[in-house]
Amino acid sequence: MMTAERPTVVQKTAARTKVLQRQGAAVALVLMVAVSWLVFPRFGSIDNMRDLALQGAFLVVIALGMTFVIITGGIDLSVGSVYALGGVLAAWGSQYGFLVALVLPLVVCGLIGLVNGLLIARTNMAPFIVTLASLLFARGLLLVITDEGATTYQIPADSAFVELGRGTVSGFGYPIFIAAVLCVVGGAVLNRTGFGQNVFATGGAEQSAILMGVPIARTKVLVYTMSGTLAGLAGALTAAYLQSGVTVIGVGLELDAIAVVVIGGTLLTGGMGTVLGTVIGVGLIKVIQNVINQIGTLDSNYQSVVSGVFLLIVVVLQRILRR
Amino acid sequence: MTRTATAATRTAARTRWLQDNGVYVAVGVLLLFNVLFTANFLTVGNFTTQLVQAAPVLIVALGMALVIGTEGVDLSVGAVMAMAAAIIPLYLGAGPFMAIVMALVVGVLAGAFNGFLVARVGIQPIVATLALLVGGRGLALVIADGQLVQLHDPAFLALGTDSVAGVPISVLIAGLLALVVAALMNRTTFGRQVVAVGGNRKAATLAGLPVNRVLIGVYALSGALAAVAGVLATSRLGASDPADMGLLMELSAITAVVVGGTPLTGGKVRVLGTVFGVVLMQLVRATLIKHNLPDSIAQMIQAAIIIAAVYVARERR
Repeated sequence: MMTAERPTVVQKTAARTKVLQRQGAAVALVLMVAVSWLVFPRFGSIDNMRDLALQGAFLVVIALGMTFVIITGGIDLSVGSVYALGGVLAAWGSQYGFLVALVLPLVVCGLIGLVNGLLIARTNMAPFIVTLASLLFARGLLLVITDEGATTYQIPADSAFVELGRGTVSGFGYPIFIAAVLCVVGGAVLNRTGFGQNVFATGGAEQSAILMGVPIARTKVLVYTMSGTLAGLAGALTAAYLQSGVTVIGVGLELDAIAVVVIGGTLLTGGMGTVLGTVIGVGLIKVIQNVINQIGTLDSNYQSVVSGVFLLIVVVLQRILRR
Repeated sequence: MTRTATAATRTAARTRWLQDNGVYVAVGVLLLFNVLFTANFLTVGNFTTQLVQAAPVLIVALGMALVIGTEGVDLSVGAVMAMAAAIIPLYLGAGPFMAIVMALVVGVLAGAFNGFLVARVGIQPIVATLALLVGGRGLALVIADGQLVQLHDPAFLALGTDSVAGVPISVLIAGLLALVVAALMNRTTFGRQVVAVGGNRKAATLAGLPVNRVLIGVYALSGALAAVAGVLATSRLGASDPADMGLLMELSAITAVVVGGTPLTGGKVRVLGTVFGVVLMQLVRATLIKHNLPDSIAQMIQAAIIIAAVYVARERR
């Protein structure tokens, strides 16, 4: 009876915990930015902000796909290789014009994602192991195209495709806007469409979802296809920015993507997560890296140490708050 | 009616047999292929080279098999190898024994830390060990100041280069460890507890098993074995190279374990299967290289083998 009139202490604490859990990463990001701004005069400069946003943009595109996959309770280890493959395909395709350079990586990488999805959804194999295999496969395909990594395809500096990676609007690179648009669309799809509901249902309780008639298999196929396509797009944008298809990039990138998704509050067990959280996760990791670069005396190896410690703090906090 | 039933049973039995013995068949077929079609395959030199290359992977995969048996995964093994590599030059002045002990201590501590996060804090194994994967190599590089350090201690280097009765020391150690882990799994209470925790953690808890202790023990063991692999690989290289040591080792080890028939869902550990899984992946590589197939094709074939192995071993709906 009492509880109906006014929230109890327990309920209040629970509500507070929920806010902290949801907004913890955002609070940390705001604090980090504020402190960095005050301590490092160069941090707040417009040039640095442009760099920061551009560096984050490529990772955001990959992590967006990963967010969907993880919400369905899966994981996609292939994105690092697929990202590199996308870059090489774009650079190779740029000799045939803008459209080929953009569409070829999207189609091929999308197909790899599609195969991932089909294998996972139709044969009941673990996502971890299927995408581990396609990690190897995509790297192998990349090596085939580049004569075992000996050839690096250059993109002519005057091609329209380079503009996609290097063009700017008042100093901010096009990839930033592309990433932003994709995130808005992704967020809307996740929260406002039936497909988004299916994504949550698949990861939340697969058996119940099946009983409710949620098209589990189709949902899984779609999210892995999306993840592959987005990784390919990120690779293509990176190639446009670097004006070449660098063959050695993307190793271990899948782990960065998973880390930022987790930091952003998406649970690896599936059924819960937000696009905004992922963007904040990317922001946090990039700000940390940026700040360590500003402290000129610290060697860059501290970046990964700090990232690791940070990831740890976040997951431990999430865990404690959920109790 | 009866006849169809028997046919179905027979197919099921055949599938089951393939699930259990596929890796041995595959190794046998590949060996036969190489004996027939690969020049200089049946030489002592070739076998020694292959085994020396496979030894560190096997040592890491043994620990990984136990972790996977508890329904976990240890992504940090490569980073732990790098940490072990970085520790060695710091203590080599006090003798090779001291250096090795310190590297092992670091491995055990790193693994126990993973286990603590998984068991006590309740973090998912992928994320818990991912943190150490990200941070561990950075830590190793910070310790080593980002440098590759040449090692000159003859006793330490002998570990990677010397042989006993024609068998390289690292291969002996790997074989010995495989026997120890097999005995641990088949003959000790701890082994049974590992499988019980992996099969059904709640039931294991209710049955009064020391679940947390088992989990921490398994991850500590995985860390220790990764450190052993790091020590041996460093000794063979003749240098401490934390930037490259054990890079992507977690993927090789997981692949070998899964190909060897240990399911990712836990509750079952196949030590002999893991040994053959490592041998199979090494044989595939060697076969492709000896027949002058490029690395690109090698990687794609490895991908196909992983898919095939898991497809055969998958649980039916």
